[in-house]
Amino acid sequence: MTVKRPVIRKDGKDKVTGRAQYVDDLCFPNMIYGVSVRSSVARGKIQKITYEGDLPWKDITVATSHDLPGPNVVAHILQDQQCLATENVQHPDEAILLLAHPDRQLLEEARRKVRVEIDPLPSIHSIEDSLNQKTVIWGKDNILKSFVIEKGNIAPLWNEAALVVQGEYRTGAQEQLYIEPNGMIASVSPAGITVWGSMQCPYYVHHALMVAFNLPKEKVRVIQTETGGGFGGKEDYPSMIACHAALLSLKSGKPVKIIYDRAEDMACTTKRHPSITRHKTALSKDGKLLAMDIEFLLDGGAYATMSPVVLSRGAIHAAGAYNCPNIRITAKALATNTAPYGAFRGFGAPQSLFALEMHMDRIALQAGLTPEEFRARNFLQEGHVTATGQTLRENPDLPGLMGTALNALGYHAKRANYADHNRNPNSRIKKGVGFSVFLHGAGFTGSGEKNLASVVAVEATPFGRVRVLASSTEIGQGARTVFAQLAADALGIDYDQVDVAQPDTHIVPNSGPTVASRTTMIVGKLVETAAIGLKEILIQSGHLKSECSTEDFSDQFRNACASYIKAAGPLKSFAQYQQPGHIQWDDTKYQGDAYGTFTWAVYAAEVSVDLTTYEARVDNFVAAQEVGKVIHPVLAAGQIEGGVTQGIGYALYEEVRLENGRMINNRMTNYIVPTAQDVPPIQVIFAENPYAHGPHGAKGIGELPLDGVAPAILNAVAFATGTTLTEIPLLPETLMRAMSNE
Amino acid sequence: MRGYVPAYEVKSPETLTEALSILQAQPGKWKPLAGGTDLMVLLESGVLENRNLLNLQGLKELTGISVSPAEITIGALSTFRQILEHDLLKTEFPLLAAAARSIGAIAIQNRATIGGNIANASPAADSPPALIAHDAVIELVSSTGSRRLSYAEFHQGYKKTQLATDELIRAIILPRTQADTGSNDFFFYRKVGTRKAQAISKICFAGRFHPCSPGNLRLVFGSVAPTVLRCIQTEAIIQGGGLDLKTIQKAKDSLTRELSPIDDIRSTAEYRLRVSLNLLEDFLILARQKQSHVELGS
Amino acid sequence: MSNSAKITISCRINQRPCSFETYPMTRLIDLIRDDEHFTGTKEGCGEGECGACSVLMNGELVNSCLVPAVQVNGADIITIEGIIRENKFSALQEAFVDFGGVQCGICTPGMVMATVYLLGKNPNPTEAEIREAIAGNICRCTGYTKIFEAIQHACGKLGALQ
Repeated sequence: MTVKRPVIRKDGKDKVTGRAQYVDDLCFPNMIYGVSVRSSVARGKIQKITYEGDLPWKDITVATSHDLPGPNVVAHILQDQQCLATENVQHPDEAILLLAHPDRQLLEEARRKVRVEIDPLPSIHSIEDSLNQKTVIWGKDNILKSFVIEKGNIAPLWNEAALVVQGEYRTGAQEQLYIEPNGMIASVSPAGITVWGSMQCPYYVHHALMVAFNLPKEKVRVIQTETGGGFGGKEDYPSMIACHAALLSLKSGKPVKIIYDRAEDMACTTKRHPSITRHKTALSKDGKLLAMDIEFLLDGGAYATMSPVVLSRGAIHAAGAYNCPNIRITAKALATNTAPYGAFRGFGAPQSLFALEMHMDRIALQAGLTPEEFRARNFLQEGHVTATGQTLRENPDLPGLMGTALNALGYHAKRANYADHNRNPNSRIKKGVGFSVFLHGAGFTGSGEKNLASVVAVEATPFGRVRVLASSTEIGQGARTVFAQLAADALGIDYDQVDVAQPDTHIVPNSGPTVASRTTMIVGKLVETAAIGLKEILIQSGHLKSECSTEDFSDQFRNACASYIKAAGPLKSFAQYQQPGHIQWDDTKYQGDAYGTFTWAVYAAEVSVDLTTYEARVDNFVAAQEVGKVIHPVLAAGQIEGGVTQGIGYALYEEVRLENGRMINNRMTNYIVPTAQDVPPIQVIFAENPYAHGPHGAKGIGELPLDGVAPAILNAVAFATGTTLTEIPLLPETLMRAMSNE
Repeated sequence: MRGYVPAYEVKSPETLTEALSILQAQPGKWKPLAGGTDLMVLLESGVLENRNLLNLQGLKELTGISVSPAEITIGALSTFRQILEHDLLKTEFPLLAAAARSIGAIAIQNRATIGGNIANASPAADSPPALIAHDAVIELVSSTGSRRLSYAEFHQGYKKTQLATDELIRAIILPRTQADTGSNDFFFYRKVGTRKAQAISKICFAGRFHPCSPGNLRLVFGSVAPTVLRCIQTEAIIQGGGLDLKTIQKAKDSLTRELSPIDDIRSTAEYRLRVSLNLLEDFLILARQKQSHVELGS
Repeated sequence: MSNSAKITISCRINQRPCSFETYPMTRLIDLIRDDEHFTGTKEGCGEGECGACSVLMNGELVNSCLVPAVQVNGADIITIEGIIRENKFSALQEAFVDFGGVQCGICTPGMVMATVYLLGKNPNPTEAEIREAIAGNICRCTGYTKIFEAIQHACGKLGALQ
């Protein structure tokens, strides 16, 4: 068995020796480079384009939307985003035209010398201005998506309640900051388009190319190269770059490589949606939730792109891990003239859960209960019904998880000690502890998995080597390793006998996008099923005995593969997703089983706040979670530690500064992520409660760790300083103001 | 957008004399290039305006840290790594060693030079407050000779220095007079950056206090004025009034008048002022504790 | 648009003598990657902030995106490929993999270079010294915890070998 053991990750050696090939490491004969010329204004009408300067313009390939064989769109959920702006620009840095040339230096100079004259139009840059329709910039009313989730009836409760607590909470944008910038290479020939690049979702790119180039699916081939991090940032945007590179290749007749530099990547590509969440909560006199009225607003940027689904996940998570009979969640994603916001680990849930978990501490304070006691009175349990009407079929042991996390931090003793310490007026360093309780729905929301109907294949060679074929990408999280573990165990062969194919749409079936914490739980289960199917083929066909000794099983398996292939040809087994019968979802009403299962977590933080500088620092962090079953202990802990660190950034450091819709701190000098010296010891604790439909009981864990970090930290800072906090990032400047306002 | 690399011309003189004669022949044309940690960043973002660069690398006259009984001379091309690993600098000039260690991270410290940090004249530079607090002297050299001036007078305004177009910074000289009394000097360096490493300062403070020599008091701030600032009026208040709470409050009022912080991409004027006042207070309270220790003979 | 003259640069990269005809302000990283095809050195930011392009130049850890060609003349450059060749650090590289210090891998070569530089100066670093040594190398995947564990483990092993 390899599952549950820390086998050596498949891609480890190539990465640690620098041999792994990322897109910028590839070079093809006659390959030239491509760059984009972008909008200088937030919104306007393109008037005139001139090519200036003493440059060899005739040698430079220029492409505009008019060169596209198909419609000028980057196909996502709605087809509203232009591949290249033609008449109107909707946000700063929107791509208008493309240039290609063999000399990269010359290209940089050339893009400075393209003058695009744009008549500016009024633009909007806040959720409030969009909602008030200061100017209508999208559709009839700036609303990219809106819906209401209702359970029970909140209306009669406000007068009956012993306590009503209101709060408004805000979160800023967050840049994924994968260390490998976005990039693509495209080669177009009469046979079709091939692209190689850094991406999470090869079939998204495939679809976008089919649409924009008006090609049948067999004429488009997408190959994922080693990908240096994604975190959601390489979910939809690579489709745009692939279309651009392919267009330049079509026009020039040569392979074209586009690699964004860091400044361009940060300014133009997607980020986490900024949000405003308003809570109004009614409480009974025994501290039970009676009604929750939640308004959840996202800034979606200039085009819809992923906003409708980010809004869904965020809204569904807005009532968190608590049981409440009456809930109304009003959700809206609004258009503004900034680059479209997109997927980022957590996908709307970190925003709504930040608001909720800050609000829970606020309610506890007003109700005169400790944060842990108030939460414990309201935890979801098996049989409870969530905001969408989903009856919980699992029993999340939230009291147990909370006890584990708080004990591991030494929460109770520290809370008492720090309360004393903080009363001393001479202490310039205030100390605090705080925590959050949360959940994360694993896999696509609602009927998403059913609609995707993902497929995985497993094949074997005559030499008994097994290969997993899936479009799910290795982006650092360990997909390759986990798939190999699951296939090896399903077949009863060595982990080293299993290879995982590099995703290539000509070779691998569509196992769906690498998003939504679905790769291990959903696709991994398909890998397991396909591998079992392969073994069944060998047994059914008589090439493998059903009862065989484990000692020389590898030899028997190898012989069986060889004899089967000789007799019957290729040996390959497919598995397709079948939705478990218990999942029922109504897309129109947002009612039903939003997720097949949830992961559950309690995160606890210990902080110091320096009253000289108003800097908050995390000194200790405990992340306790129930994740079904752990498949690979080192990789799983790595996911949590990495997610927590991104969460620390989200809470305390990472601010996207916009000026008229343009990111002005789009460099790593000014966009601040944690370094090795900013991160505390992180203690990771896994509780297990197997999920029947996950491989070996596993649930998805990729996004979970980002959801609850910021509220745990801010609750600790609020305790340390005695200040009400409602906003992230909590920069020292923000904390100073909050403390002076108290 | 990246700068256009082919447009940049670089001269690499083999001797200081040659370098100076190039500067003299075409004043203002050649911008000195030392460790490249600032200029290469400007080039990357397409804003390195001067297209003629004078590569100083390897000029022996500008390298090395030499020690005499009276002073330590730090060649302009000394890297911050060389500075922070120098044993005497660490013990006698701890503010400078602390500043060096707070710059960027190790790969930056290995390339960035003290001369470059000074010549770049950013108000957010980390070493100037320390140098001023240590009473550094700067030596400038040109074809016609060399001159020494107090480093505190070198920076004249935003990105404005006393360096003439035909001059180079040859060295920073740290007077070792304080070595005699240094055991009682109290030093305080605090860089308030955007994070612990790889950070540009939002406020930087270097303070020096001697319980028996009030004249040794130095209060120097970075990032809160157009240039690094020694707060002489505030120093005078402490020198005249001591370290009682009332005088400390007067010093804070004075500091408010002396500083002129601004809002920028890294912080706000409001924050910079408030934190500067807090740093001053922290420093003076610690200084008072040192003083009472001395008075108690401990 | 006028171009300056190209210059000839001679240096050693991974013990191999190299000669380039290039512009004086061409970045060292471009010489390493484009001309010599040592693509293990990665570019994450182009401004010395992320550390992915870290190499050793005359034994010193540097960001190769911040070194102009004109300053490379005569230098001895070691990249991740040169580290592999030495074999001396295979225990370190194994520890990075075994302990989970590698995820997406894009920061890894630079992280290994920073660690090699640290261990050359200080074979038994404390955790604080390790954190300082790799503070110029941004990792967005691991949260650094498993990188510390890998380095600490490797120190023990490398120490035992010495």
